[in-house]
Amino acid sequence: MGVEIKVDGLTKSFGKQLIWRDVTLSIPAGQVSVMLGPSGTGKSVFLKTLIGLIKPDEGSIMIEGTDIASCSERDLYEIRKLFGVLFQDGAMFGSMNLYDNVAFPLREHTKKSESEIRSIVMEKMDLVGLIGAEDKLPGEISGGMRKRAGLARALVLDPEILLIDEPDSGLDPVRTSFINQLFIDLNAQIDATFLIVTHDINSTRTVPDNIGLLYHKHLAMFGPREMLLSSEEPVVRQFLNAQTVGPIGMSEEKDADELAAEKDLDMPPLPPIPLQLEPSSGIPRRHQPAPGQWCRENGVTPPPGSFLSANAGLAPGA
Amino acid sequence: MSSLTASRALAPIGVAGKLFAFALDVGRALFRRPFQLREFIQQAWFIASVTIVPTALVAIPFGAVIALQVGGLIKQFGAQSFTGSASVLAVIQQAAPIGTALLIAGAGGSAIAADLGARKIREELDAMMVLGIDPIQRLVVPRVLACMLVAFFLNGMVSVVGVAGGYVFNVILQDGTPGAYIASFTALAQLPDLWIGLIKALVFGLIAAIVASYKGMNASGGPKGVGDAVNESVVITFLLLFVANFVLSMIYLQVVPPKGG
Repeated sequence: MGVEIKVDGLTKSFGKQLIWRDVTLSIPAGQVSVMLGPSGTGKSVFLKTLIGLIKPDEGSIMIEGTDIASCSERDLYEIRKLFGVLFQDGAMFGSMNLYDNVAFPLREHTKKSESEIRSIVMEKMDLVGLIGAEDKLPGEISGGMRKRAGLARALVLDPEILLIDEPDSGLDPVRTSFINQLFIDLNAQIDATFLIVTHDINSTRTVPDNIGLLYHKHLAMFGPREMLLSSEEPVVRQFLNAQTVGPIGMSEEKDADELAAEKDLDMPPLPPIPLQLEPSSGIPRRHQPAPGQWCRENGVTPPPGSFLSANAGLAPGA
Repeated sequence: MSSLTASRALAPIGVAGKLFAFALDVGRALFRRPFQLREFIQQAWFIASVTIVPTALVAIPFGAVIALQVGGLIKQFGAQSFTGSASVLAVIQQAAPIGTALLIAGAGGSAIAADLGARKIREELDAMMVLGIDPIQRLVVPRVLACMLVAFFLNGMVSVVGVAGGYVFNVILQDGTPGAYIASFTALAQLPDLWIGLIKALVFGLIAAIVASYKGMNASGGPKGVGDAVNESVVITFLLLFVANFVLSMIYLQVVPPKGG
């Protein structure tokens, strides 16, 4: 289970405005990856390109031997059945109640009887904690509930790849922790490939196996979590530790004056790398790397205090 | 600079091309199974419910004005006995399809554009595509067919109501003879006049639904974008409908010889 996504040389611009150039990465099968980036760097565009909603100008996206960027419309609709996508606002169909929303893909794509559909829908609703809200319309519930309902709908067809757009926007810290735990538990259960787009640093430090950072119209870095969390690269370091000192400014990049003004400021030392979030069942995920494994294999000394606790280096209260 | 001007000047052609390509996509999806019967019936019911009453209310004065105008003119020529025939011809060939078109575009088309536009900006259409469902097949095709069906029947209704309205006004206000009005129906009017009216109604329904769906599905920029899409779809539809009406009328007048001519 789980499918690898190989992205090669992806470039996209809207008119004269370049979004990103030459993005090359491969998202490992069955693992949880996070795509980070300052606001407005085209993270959502990247996600939409992966499912073929936006055609890239150049490059390819290979999934199970099919190139999403150049395949026919018919193949695209076929390959999309492998995907589950959670949109930022849940994108629930406003005219249907939650039950019908979640049942929609089953009714359209399978010949299951209503009683089978009912049992699947109720199972997924239970998974996201929405039992009792089936008859509500999307307009009547909170943003967090819409998001969880969207997740239930994304899960009903047992996807091989789950794309998640900003799961934590508009959620309180407790719900964010719950939804993060849910992703890890789901990954342990269904072994699908997860790609989460976010800019929540605490989630990024504890949830994924891999992290990518989009910055200044290109992919600054993509790799195992420990590689980025122990990286000395200024952009990665600034972003992953939410600092003002570094190359990223309020509007995209800092100019030469601003950089000169802070050249004497030292970046604070790297905080320790926390332990990864474990599935609540206690059974490790199949593709989960051991803590410190990457650092040992690559001869990198992790910052002091790493891998000792699950909340090392996190902002307090989160 | 010159290329910039050229690209601006040619932009409308690009829009027309995209609209046409969209129409072709709809034509292709028309034959793809499974057919969305449920959506089709719901939409037909919805469009009918928002158009029937206004159309009937528009049809009565429409028929009356034509009857009064034509009746007054014809009286001057001393051919009162042909009043019925002339007003039937005008109502069935022109007034009924045009009245239908205005209501289908104004009430039905704007509702379609607003509905699809709202779905577009809430990312519902994206979500649908991601779930492996083509929104053109699932949403647009049933709406186009529903619009054509409703336009077809509305046209019949406008014809009947318009002719009846003309009769009432001619007989009561202009002291026309009821017998002469009805007897002259077939003097100038002929069966092909009815066919062209119905064909026009079908074509108008098609155009209105396609333009409204296209504009709705390409709405962007939040709630204001939806408002703009509705506005543009109604204006474009009106323009296209009057052009289509002109072309169809010209072809008809060339192809079918007038009766008793």
